[in-house]
This record gives sequence, C-alpha cells and structure tokens, in this order.
Amino acid sequence: MASPSTDSIPRPARPPFWRNPAVRGVFYQLLFIAVVVAVGGFLVHNTLVNLGRQNIATGFGFLHREASFAIGESLIAYAPSDTYARAFLVGLINTLYVAVLGIVLATVLGTVIGIARLSRNWLVAKLTLVYVETFRNIPLALQLLFWWTFLREGAPSPRQAWRPLPGVFVSDRGLEFPLPQSNPAHLWIFLAFVVGLAGAVAVSGWARRRQMATGVQFPSGWVGLALIVGLPLLVFLTAGTPLAFDWPALKGFNFAGGGSVSPEFAALLFGLTIYTASFIAEIVRAGILSVSWGQSEAASALGLRPGLTMRLVVLPQALRVIIPPITSQYLNLTKNSSLAVIIGYPDLVSIANTTMNQTGQAVEGIALIMAVYLAISLTIALSMNLYNRAVALVER
Amino acid sequence: MTDATQDLPLPAERPPTPSAGIVSWLRVNLFNSIGNTLLTLVAAWFLAMTIPRLVRWAVIDAIWHADSGRACRGDGACWAFIGEKLRFILFGRFPYAEQWRPLFVVLIFIGLILASCDRRIWGRRLVLLWLVGLALVGVLMWGGILGMSYVETDLWNGLPLTLILAVVGMALAFPLAILLALGRRSQLPAVRAICVAYIELIRGVPLITVLFMASVMLPLFLPTGMTIDKLLRAQIAFILFAAAYLAEVVRGGLQAIPKGQIEAADALGLGYWQRTRLIVLPQALALVIPPLVNTFIGTFKDTSLVIVIGLFDLLGTANAALTDANWRGFFAEAYVFIAAIYFSFCFFMSRYSQMLEREFNKGGRR
Repeated sequence: MASPSTDSIPRPARPPFWRNPAVRGVFYQLLFIAVVVAVGGFLVHNTLVNLGRQNIATGFGFLHREASFAIGESLIAYAPSDTYARAFLVGLINTLYVAVLGIVLATVLGTVIGIARLSRNWLVAKLTLVYVETFRNIPLALQLLFWWTFLREGAPSPRQAWRPLPGVFVSDRGLEFPLPQSNPAHLWIFLAFVVGLAGAVAVSGWARRRQMATGVQFPSGWVGLALIVGLPLLVFLTAGTPLAFDWPALKGFNFAGGGSVSPEFAALLFGLTIYTASFIAEIVRAGILSVSWGQSEAASALGLRPGLTMRLVVLPQALRVIIPPITSQYLNLTKNSSLAVIIGYPDLVSIANTTMNQTGQAVEGIALIMAVYLAISLTIALSMNLYNRAVALVER
Repeated sequence: MTDATQDLPLPAERPPTPSAGIVSWLRVNLFNSIGNTLLTLVAAWFLAMTIPRLVRWAVIDAIWHADSGRACRGDGACWAFIGEKLRFILFGRFPYAEQWRPLFVVLIFIGLILASCDRRIWGRRLVLLWLVGLALVGVLMWGGILGMSYVETDLWNGLPLTLILAVVGMALAFPLAILLALGRRSQLPAVRAICVAYIELIRGVPLITVLFMASVMLPLFLPTGMTIDKLLRAQIAFILFAAAYLAEVVRGGLQAIPKGQIEAADALGLGYWQRTRLIVLPQALALVIPPLVNTFIGTFKDTSLVIVIGLFDLLGTANAALTDANWRGFFAEAYVFIAAIYFSFCFFMSRYSQMLEREFNKGGRR
C-alpha cells in the first residue's frame, strides 16, 4: 500500500485575482470613497454655484464685521457695536453657563429621586415614580415653552410678585434673589477654605498609610470636616462676621439690587434640570439595583456597618454601571440647551440663527455651531471616559 | 449544681406584628421608622398642598362651556378653549370640511402601532401591513384622487404631521442605520472610518442644527432650479438624525452575536451578504427591539422641534391657537392638553418596551 504520491493530486489552480478577498477589499473601498467624494463634490459644486448666484461671499470674514444687534443677557461685556465673533463668544458662554449649572443640578436632583424611587416608604416611592414618568414622557420643547409662558404670562407683575422665601421674588420679570455684598475678608475666607481642604486631604492620606502599616484607625473624616468647615468659620468670626446682603427691592416698576435671572434663563435651567433629572433618576436606580443583594449580605457578614457597606461595597460597583449612561445624559443636556432658541434665551444657536438671518452666511454659521458642539461633546465624553477608567473593574 | 439547671422563666416575647389589614400595611410601608414617618409626613403635606388646588383648577372651578375668552375667565381652567380649538390643535389648517382625512390618518397610525405590538404577526405580514397603511396615509393626506381634493403639504399640521415625521423618519432611517452599523463593524478601514465619522458627527450635534442645516442648506445643495418641499426637508433631517442613533442601537445587537455564529456561517460557505442577511441580522435585530422602541419614543418627542423651522406640528398648532385675540392667555389649558396626548403615546410605548424586555429576559433568568 503505497500512499498516493503528492504529485498525483493536481494542485488547485490559484484563484483568479478578483476572487482574492484582499484585492476585493481594496476595490470596494476605492469604490466607496469614489462614491462619497462624487456625491460630496456634487453638493459642494451646487452650493458654490447657488451661493455665487445669490452673491453671498463664502468664508469666515463676516466674523470681523459689526454685529449691530443687542443680546438680552451676557456674562461678558457686549454692545451691538462689537463684532459677530464676540457675539458668538457671548452665545457660547451662555450655553456653557446653563449647561454646567444644569448638569450639576440635574445630577443632584436625579440622584435624590433615583434613591427615593427605591425607598421602602410606599408614598415616597410612588410620588417619585409619578415624577419620573411624567417628565420623561413629555417633549422638552413643550416643557420649556410651558415654564417660560408660565413665568411671562402666569406670574404677577413686580408689584404683586410672589415671595416663596423672604427676599426672593418671582414675577414676570424673572427671579430676584439677595446676593452677599463683596467684602475683602471673603478672599481670606476662601483661602482658609482651600487650606482646610488641603489639610483634610493630607490628614486622610496620613491616616490611610498609618492604618495600612499599623491597623490603628483614625477618625480622618471628622477631622477633615472640622478643617474644611472650621478654618473658614474661624476667619469669618475673627473678621467680624462680614456678611451683608444686597436685597432686591421694588423701585418704580422693577426691582433694583440683588441678583436676578431672566424668565428665559430661569425657564431653560428649570426645564433642562427636571427633564434630565428624570432620566438620571432611572439610571441611578438601575445602577443601585444592579449590585446583587449578596454583596450587601457579604459585607454585613464581614462586620461592615450599613453606611460603610454603601460607601465601600455598593456604591463603587453601582458607579461602574451608572457612569456610561450618565455621560450620555450630560451630553444630551448640553445639546438640549440649544432649545433655548424656542424661548429666546441667547445661547449659541439662537445667536448663530440671528447672524445667519442678517448676513446670509448659513453654511459658515452652521459649520461653526457644529464645530463648537462637537468640541463640547468630545470634551465631556473624554473627561467622563477618564473618570470611568478610574472606577472601572480591573480584570486580568 | 442545682441552681445551674434551675429553670428561669424567660420574659414574655412581644407578639409578632400583624401582617394583614390596613393599619399594619400603613405601619410597614409608611411608619416603620422615625425617618420614614417624617418622609411620609413631608410627602403627605406636599400632596395636601398640591392635589386639592389642582383638582379645584382642573375640575371644580373649571368652565366647560363659553362663547368667548372673556366669558371664560375665572379661577379654574377654561376647557371651553380646548373645545373651541380642538380641531385646530389636532389638524391645524387642513381644509375644515376635509378634516375626516387626517382623523383617519391618526387612527391608521394608532392601529398600525397597536398591531405592531402583537408578536404573532411580526415578520413579513407586518411589513406588508405597514406598506399598505403608509400608502393609505399618503392617499388620504394628499388626496387628488377618488374625489378628494388635493391638499398641499403646507397644510399638513397638527397630530398627523407629528406622527408622519416620527413614523416615516424611523421607517426610512432603519435601513440606513443597518448599513451604517454594518459599516462601522466592517473589516475595511475606509468604510469603517467614514461610517464612524458620520455617526459621531450627527450624534455630537443637537437636532436643531441638523434641522437648520436641512432647512437652510438643502436648497443650496440642489442643482439650480430644483426646489424642495419644507416638509420633505424636515423629514430628511429626521431620517439622517435618527439613522445615526439607530445605527448605534443596531451595533449593540451586532456585537452581541457570538463569533461562533459567524464562523459557522463561513464554514457553510455563505458569502458576506448571505451571512449577514440569513444569520447575523435576524438574531441581532431581535435582541435590540426594546432599545429600538426607546429610540422611537425619543424621535416622537423630538418632532416637537420642527417649530423652529416653521412647521406646525402638534406643539406648533397649540402655539398658533394661543395667538387668537378672542381667546388669549389660556396657555396652561393648551399645553396640558397636548402634553396629555404626547404622554399617552410615549407612556404606552415605554410600558410596552419594558414588557418586551421582561419577556426577552425570561429565558436568561433561572
């Protein structure tokens, strides 16, 4: 039995080159790129022809021209004689301002509601369920319009303004509240706060190292709290309690003094906060539920008290589930702040809209907004990914 | 010795708390600790402050019939305003005598959505049903045949517009989304790069900018002399926008398919498209139905943004109804009414998606 010689089996012919997957891959990609470039080129060509016909200059030169429109509220100095570039900057700062405040408030409110959803108190659990289902299932644009119209038409004139708290006025001019008057001692109080914070961090580091080495515990939490609160308080008391408030008061037909926000800003911030909080609440709830009950039982078996179980066992694992979806909620809130254009808060989109109407530079205006929002989105996504990496599970 | 074995009577134990009856239910669920009692009291105080006022505004003091806005002023809600403006809010400027047509369109959409919830007809029959339904919607809205007058898209307002934008947007975005998701998972770097760039670009910007782009830039994109309908522009914006979000949902399903399935398909000699169509997609899409429903809810709510480019969807018609000089200042009634409509659609769909999720997880839970 001689084994058949290898020569007797005909070697399979090499497949033709167009059957080679690598060659086909290159071909398909070239084809795809060609189609994309052709479509893109067609659109760009049409756009240039159309713009040329309408005598609209392309390019960003218009940014240096005078904007000549007023902006209702601005955190930096702005006058209609400033350039379009500065108007865009005002809009960008307004967008970031409302987005940052909204993210902070929505996180706090959403976490509280999310935990309350899991409360064993029947009434609290049902009330928060109603909150979540109501605000999640109604379009944000409708909610914003409702709050804004409510402040503009439903709220009384400054003379009959509501006073939910002493010194706080709600009227159709917006929200007025007292502000602490500035005092040179405030800088020292702030410095004392920073020193206290640094001291607390140092003490907790020292305590952890000592516990690792000797097993002796040290109440670093209480000492840290005492440092953070106590030092500024000490400076505050020694400086003679410099706390005077600038109260808003009715002067003529409007308020003077104190701080104030416009109905537009109040409606936007309020609407964004309660809308996003209803989503964050569900994320927090799901995160806490995702930590299995056995983890808590094991922690109790090890002798950890409920507070420590929450801090050392449940929360670190829940955060891992919570961070990625909450990141996309932060992104959503930032993007949703562009709905300001509906109620007339001068955010980036509504200023770009005005600019586009005045100059006809639609392509540049939209490109500018898209670039800015992409940059904001990428920044938030990047920083949250860094944080996520810090809390993520380290596997083999 | 003796005293060690001596029986000491144990103190009597307290009887167990009863676990039935209203009082014990209250004790267990509302008053089982000091903290909980405080919470209950705060919540009860909140309810006592709000509920009676709301009931008084919406029911007791409400005015149900009035001839004009002036006769309707009072402490309560003016539901007569909704009665007066009902057809305008629902159907907008659609010719008054022909408003049975958009009414049927709304009913067809509701029927299609309800039919889609029945898992027994999922598959080819459902697709057929949708095609027939959408064709009927087109005929009813446009008219021009069967003795119905032609109605231009400018007059398609209110609830039918909201439903068309959301449903047609999702239906046409879906095939595009599948291609984008496949492209993002492709082995070919150029295809992958372009798909990733598209998805991330659209997901990184607000819907409003996409709507602006469609309304301002689409006319510029077209060859000179070609014009494009306003409604179609908004519809294209919704398709492009929803496709990017749907693509990410579909990608989630694609990533959940075990590699063995793909290797087995390769071993059977299936090509890329055969493998994708027969093995990968049927499994991947079934996995992502609940998140698909959630994306649909999002798109449905997002249609309210078309007021920024001057289309009158449900929110737009409500706003327009508020500008009537005879009926001024009834914004709360109008907004509460359309909020109730949006809420009923979204709440129903979100409950359905939660139910599906539970059904799908049944197999995995033991």
